[in-house]
Amino acid sequence: MSEPVQDPQVEAKARRGRNIALALGLVLFVVLVFVVTVVRLGASVAVRPL
Amino acid sequence: MAMSPALSRASSPARWQDYVQLLKPRVMSLVIFTAITGLVCARGPVNPVLGAIAILCIAVGAGASASFNMWYDADIDAKMRRTRARPVPSGKVQGADALALGVVLSLFSVMLLGMTTNWLAAGLLAFTIFFYAVVYTMWLKRSTPQNIVIGGLAGALPPVIGWAAATGAAPLNAWLLCAIIFMWTPPHFWALSLYTSEDYEKAGVPMMPVTAGAASTRKQILIYSLLFIPICIVPAFTGLGGLTYLAVAAAGGLVFLVLAWRVFKSRAGERIGERNDDGLYDVKASSKDARNLFAFSILYLTLLFATLLAEHLLDLPAVGAFQ
Repeated sequence: MSEPVQDPQVEAKARRGRNIALALGLVLFVVLVFVVTVVRLGASVAVRPL
Repeated sequence: MAMSPALSRASSPARWQDYVQLLKPRVMSLVIFTAITGLVCARGPVNPVLGAIAILCIAVGAGASASFNMWYDADIDAKMRRTRARPVPSGKVQGADALALGVVLSLFSVMLLGMTTNWLAAGLLAFTIFFYAVVYTMWLKRSTPQNIVIGGLAGALPPVIGWAAATGAAPLNAWLLCAIIFMWTPPHFWALSLYTSEDYEKAGVPMMPVTAGAASTRKQILIYSLLFIPICIVPAFTGLGGLTYLAVAAAGGLVFLVLAWRVFKSRAGERIGERNDDGLYDVKASSKDARNLFAFSILYLTLLFATLLAEHLLDLPAVGAFQ
């Protein structure tokens, strides 16, 4: 059984889509960690001893 | 896992949508729905933003376990009509990529849920992923006809995780929601397997109709249904469900039992010379009763949880509150 021949343009388009999805996923994770940190600290930040 | 060389060779470049398919989005939507119900019914002092992130974590955790399943079951998925178009058996995604996605999403979802809510919820999510990926997929599915009975626990835990995320505890009412899904699973899946048993047989999966026969499966569907319906009614007497819930659970339960009885009296799952290979859901005439029960089981579970959700969002009193 031979390897299927793939169109380089189709391959590049698919790779680009995967890369964008991965980047968005990572950005979402960073944003979520930031939001969780802010919400959990929340009022505690304002009342901390200076 | 025995994967043929053909399975590990990409036939077309993987798109990001193929990776989304690895997460079984339809199953994920049920997980989200039941987890939200658990979270809302808990009436815990949860911040709405953190609650939404907790539900996202539970959904991603469910997706991770689905990705493990897709990786491990690629060989049997390739033999069944229902599953042969999945990303790994169709060659769109490499098995190793599905495994990697499962590992990464498991770690991210469990850690983030722990940071967001509490470690009881995170621990329950980790246990659910482990139970589905290892206990069900790698062990039970290929070794016993009780696979979906025991393995059903993985699908039943999301409301408990939601409850734990909101309150940091998992009381009786949370486990009652778990018990409803757990007892719903056998009649639901066995009704489906009655008209897809040839697929399971071809793949060597010991589903109940394959190992015990159609008649025994129909009898067990009826027995499990008789056990399932009373459990659905119990929440109305534990302070969880209200009058509307009681009415929905009782009326829907009656319909469920009638359909289960029809399946019991039918010849669903028996090979009586009819063939229909046109499509997966083009069911043999003798299996129409099984398909009806399968379809209604989805509606019934949805109605039960939607009613509980509505009652708690509208702050309606539970039946137990009148006592």
